[in-house]
Amino acid sequence: MNHRKLHHNSTTQNQNQNEQIPAASIPKTCGNQLYHFLWFSLIATCIKLLLIPAYHSTDFEVHRNWLALTHSLPLSQWYSDETSPWTLDYPPFFAYFEYFLSFFASMLDPTIVHLSDGLNSKSHLTILFQRVSVTLSDAVLFYGIYRITRKLDPKQKYLIWVLAVWAPGLIIVDHLHFQYNGFLLGMLLISLSALENGEDLLGGFAFAVLLCFKHLFAVAAPVYFVYLLRHYCRGGLVKGFGRLVVMGSLVVAVFAAAYGPFVYNGQIHQVLRRMFPFGRGLCHAYWAPNFWVFYIMFDKLLAFLLVKMGFHVKAPTASFTGGLVGDSSPFAVLPTITPLISLVLVLLSISPCLLKAWRDPKPSAVTRLVAYAYSCGFMFGWHVHEKASLHFVIPLAIIALKSVEDAKHYFFLSIVSCYSLFPLLYEAQEYPIKVLLLLLHAALMWFGLSSYFGAYVPKGDERSHSSAVVRNADFVIGWFGKSYLMGMVVVEICGQFLHPVVLGNKLPFLPLMMISIYSGFGMMYSWIRQLRWIIGSI
Amino acid sequence: MRPRGIGWRSPLIYPLKNGTEIAPLMISTTGALITRRSLLIKATSMALSYDVLILNLFHFTLLVAMSLTLVLYFINVYYSGKPIKEKTSVAWHIALILLNPCLILIDHGHFQYNCISLGLTVAAVAAILSDRDVVGSVLFSLALNHKQMSAYFAPAFFSYLLGKCLRQQNPVIEVAKLGLAVLGTFAVVWSPYLYSAEASLEVLSRLAPFERGIYEDYVANFWCTTSILVKWKRLLNMQPLKLLSLTATISACLPSMIQLIWKPKKSSFLYGLLNSALAFYLFSFQVHEKSILLPLLPASFLAMEKPFVLLWLTQNALVSMFPLLTRDKLIIPYIALHGLFILLYHSPGGRQHKKETQSSFGTLRLFLLSCFLVLHVVYLTIAPPRKYPFLFEAVIMLLCFSQFVVIFLYTNTKQWTPSKPSALSTEAKKHL
Repeated sequence: MNHRKLHHNSTTQNQNQNEQIPAASIPKTCGNQLYHFLWFSLIATCIKLLLIPAYHSTDFEVHRNWLALTHSLPLSQWYSDETSPWTLDYPPFFAYFEYFLSFFASMLDPTIVHLSDGLNSKSHLTILFQRVSVTLSDAVLFYGIYRITRKLDPKQKYLIWVLAVWAPGLIIVDHLHFQYNGFLLGMLLISLSALENGEDLLGGFAFAVLLCFKHLFAVAAPVYFVYLLRHYCRGGLVKGFGRLVVMGSLVVAVFAAAYGPFVYNGQIHQVLRRMFPFGRGLCHAYWAPNFWVFYIMFDKLLAFLLVKMGFHVKAPTASFTGGLVGDSSPFAVLPTITPLISLVLVLLSISPCLLKAWRDPKPSAVTRLVAYAYSCGFMFGWHVHEKASLHFVIPLAIIALKSVEDAKHYFFLSIVSCYSLFPLLYEAQEYPIKVLLLLLHAALMWFGLSSYFGAYVPKGDERSHSSAVVRNADFVIGWFGKSYLMGMVVVEICGQFLHPVVLGNKLPFLPLMMISIYSGFGMMYSWIRQLRWIIGSI
Repeated sequence: MRPRGIGWRSPLIYPLKNGTEIAPLMISTTGALITRRSLLIKATSMALSYDVLILNLFHFTLLVAMSLTLVLYFINVYYSGKPIKEKTSVAWHIALILLNPCLILIDHGHFQYNCISLGLTVAAVAAILSDRDVVGSVLFSLALNHKQMSAYFAPAFFSYLLGKCLRQQNPVIEVAKLGLAVLGTFAVVWSPYLYSAEASLEVLSRLAPFERGIYEDYVANFWCTTSILVKWKRLLNMQPLKLLSLTATISACLPSMIQLIWKPKKSSFLYGLLNSALAFYLFSFQVHEKSILLPLLPASFLAMEKPFVLLWLTQNALVSMFPLLTRDKLIIPYIALHGLFILLYHSPGGRQHKKETQSSFGTLRLFLLSCFLVLHVVYLTIAPPRKYPFLFEAVIMLLCFSQFVVIFLYTNTKQWTPSKPSALSTEAKKHL
C-alpha cells in the first residue's frame, strides 16, 4: 500500500495540474504503439507455429486441391473440374488467391500442386506450406485490427488487441481446423474502419472485394447498401446521384474483375451453381447453435407429445443427426423450412438494423450494425456452419469496450462461440489445447475487463480531494450468467467423461446435440440483446 | 485413435496459449496519475504420446502442477523481503522461470522428466531462502535421488549450509542435524536396495557410466571444445582422465564455494548455484547438452537482478542444443519457443529495469547473434564437407563454449563483489 500513499502525497501537491496526464506514464508515440502491436501479433504467430503438427480437417485437403486445380488447369476448367470431391465453391477472387499461392507451393514441392499425384497428400512440406500460408495471410487480419483501433486510447487498444489478436475461436478454426478466415475478417475490418473514418468509397470497395472472396459475407450487403446510400450519397439529388453512380461503378468494376473471365467463357451458371449448393439441408451434420436447433427440438417434442396423446404422426424419412439432410422433409409436425423461408426470416430480422441505418447513418454505429447483420444471418440462415459465428464475434470485439454492458455481452458471446467450436476438434490430442485456449482467453478477458472497468473506482480512498472521479459500474457477472457458465462446464463433463462411462456407444450424437442446444441458448441471448440495443436506439 | 501419419517421430509438443495481458490501471482520474501495469501470465505446456495417452496426461498434469506450485513457493519467498516497486515485475519473473524454452523443449519434446528434479531443487532453494535449512536439505536429497545430475548444485548447497552452520552457536550440532536429515532421506529412498552391498553397488555403477568416455557428441564444454586441439581420449587412459576432470571441476567450483563458506548470504547463494552448475557443466565427466538446463535454473532465479545474463545464457543454451533438436525434428518448436522467449523477455511493461542496457556489448552481441543466425541456416541447408562431417556442430560448440566461459567468469566476479542494495529502493526512498 506504500505507493498509494506516495501517489496521495503527489496528488495533493499537483492539484493545479488536475487535468494533465504526465506524459511519461502513457506511451503516446505512434512508434511505441506499433511496437506493442507487433509484440502481440508475434506472440500469436509463435503460438500458431507451434500448432503446425496438430490436427487438420478435410478442409486442408480442400485447399490443397484448389491449389492444384488453379495451378494445373486453365481458367475455363476451374469450376467444372471433378477430379476430387472437393470442388471449388468460393468466388473467383479466392481462386485467384489460391492461384497466387500455388506458385510458391510449386517452387517448394511440385507434388503439392499436382492434380492427381497430390491427392490427399499429407507430406511434411504440404502441411508446412499450408499452415505457414495461413499464418502469413493473418497479416491482413492484424493490419485490419490495427487500423480499426488506431483512434482509440492506449488502454482500450491493448485490451482490444488481446481480445481480437488472440481470439481462441480464430486459432481453433484457422490454425487447427484449417481455413483462411483470418485475412477475410481482416478485409472486413479494413472496410469497417474505412466506414468509421468516413472514407465511404474505400469501405464500399473493400466490402465488394471481400464479397468476391467469400460470398458468405453478403449477409451484411443490405446494411452496407442502405448505409452507403444514406451516408455517402447525400447532398441533394444531383450530387447524391452522382455519388451513387461512382460507388455503383466501383462495385460493378470489382465484380467484373472477378466474374468477367467466367462470363466471357460462358460459365457463369456453373460458377453460381457451385457457389450456392442448395441441395444441402437445413443443418450441417453438426447443428450450428442457431434458431433452427430450437425449431427442430420443438418439432421433435411436439411429435413426441402428439404421439403420446394418440395422434398419428408420420415419422420423418430423413434424419437430422445421421448426416447431411436430403431433400425430403425431415420435420414431423412443423412446416418444412425451405431456403426461401430462411432468406425471408433473415431479411426480416435484419430490417430493424436497416431501418436504423436509414434513419441515422452514423459512422460510429456501423460496426455494430454489421455485426448484428451477421448474427441474424447466423441465427436464421440456411446450412449455417458454426464457424460463421466468427464473422460477428471478431467485429464485436472491437466495440466490446464501449460500455460495461457491451463488455459483459462480449464476455459471454466469445466464450459461447468458442465452446460451440469444440466439436470441430474431436480428437483426444487437441482436447487439452482447446480447453486451455478457452480457459486462458476467459481468464484474460475477466482480468482485463474487470480491471479496465473497475479502474475508475478508487477503493478506500476517502480522503481524495478529487471530486470528479467517474464511478463506472463494475464488471460483474450476475448469478444467472455465472450459472450459465457453470452449466457449460457441466455439459462438457457430461458429454466428454460421463457419456462414455454411462451410455457407452449408444446415442453417439447426444453430446454434440447437448453442446448445440446449450450454445444455442447463449447465441439467442446475444442476438436478442443486440436486437434490443438496435431497436432502443432507432 | 488414428495414427498420426505426419512423420514427427518424437512425441509432439502442443504448447498452449501463453497469455499476456497488460492492463494499465488508472488509480485516479485527476491529479498526478500513476499508471501501474500488472502483467498477468499463465502458461502450460503438455506433450502427448498417442500410445499412452492417459498415463502421460496424468503424469504431465502432475508434473506441471508440481513445478508450478514449487515455483510459486519460490517466488513468494524470494520477493518477501523486496521493496514494493519490484512486485509489478513478479509475473514477468514467474513467466521466465516457467517458460524456459530449453526446459519445454527437452522435457516435452526430446522427452525427459527433468522438471521433477528441477522442481524439487526450486523448492529446496526456496526453503533455504526462508531459513528452513532442514527442509531444504531433505528436498535437495530427494532431487538428488531423482536425478543424479542435481549433484551439479551440491557444492553450492554444501558450502552455503556449512558456512551458515559455522556461524551458529553450536556448529557441530547444526551440521549433525543437517547430516542426519540427508542420511535419513537417502536411507528411506534407497531402502529397497540396502539389503546387500552388491545391490547398492549395482545401482551406483549404473548411475555413473564411466565407460562412455569423457564426452559424447558435441557438447559445449571444456573437454569437447579443447579436444579439437588436444585429443584427450587418445592422450590419457580412463583413470587419469577421471582424475583430471575431477580436479578441474573442483578447482572451478572452489572460488564460489569458498565465498559461500566465508560469507553465506542469500543473494550470493543464488550466484553460487549458478557458478557451481556452470563449473560442472564445463569441466565434468560425460556431460550431455541437456545439462545446460541446470545452470539455467539459477540464472532464471536471478532474472530480476541480471536479466541480461539469463537472456544470453538461454540463447546460447538453445543454440548449443540446436543440433540435438534437429535430430529430434523439433526445429519449428525451437523457432517458435525461442521467439516466444525473446518476446516475453522484451514484453512491454514487463519489468522496470530498462536501465540495464549492455550498450558496451551491443555490437559484439549483434555480431554473435548474426553468426548464430547464419549458422542455423547453414546447418539446415548445406551439407558439411566430407572430410569434416561435424564441422558445423563444432563451430556451434566453439561459439557457445566461449560465451559460457565469459558468463562463468562474470558471475564468479559478481559473487565475490558485494551486491549493492537495489537501486530502486533508494529511489523509492527519495520520493518519500
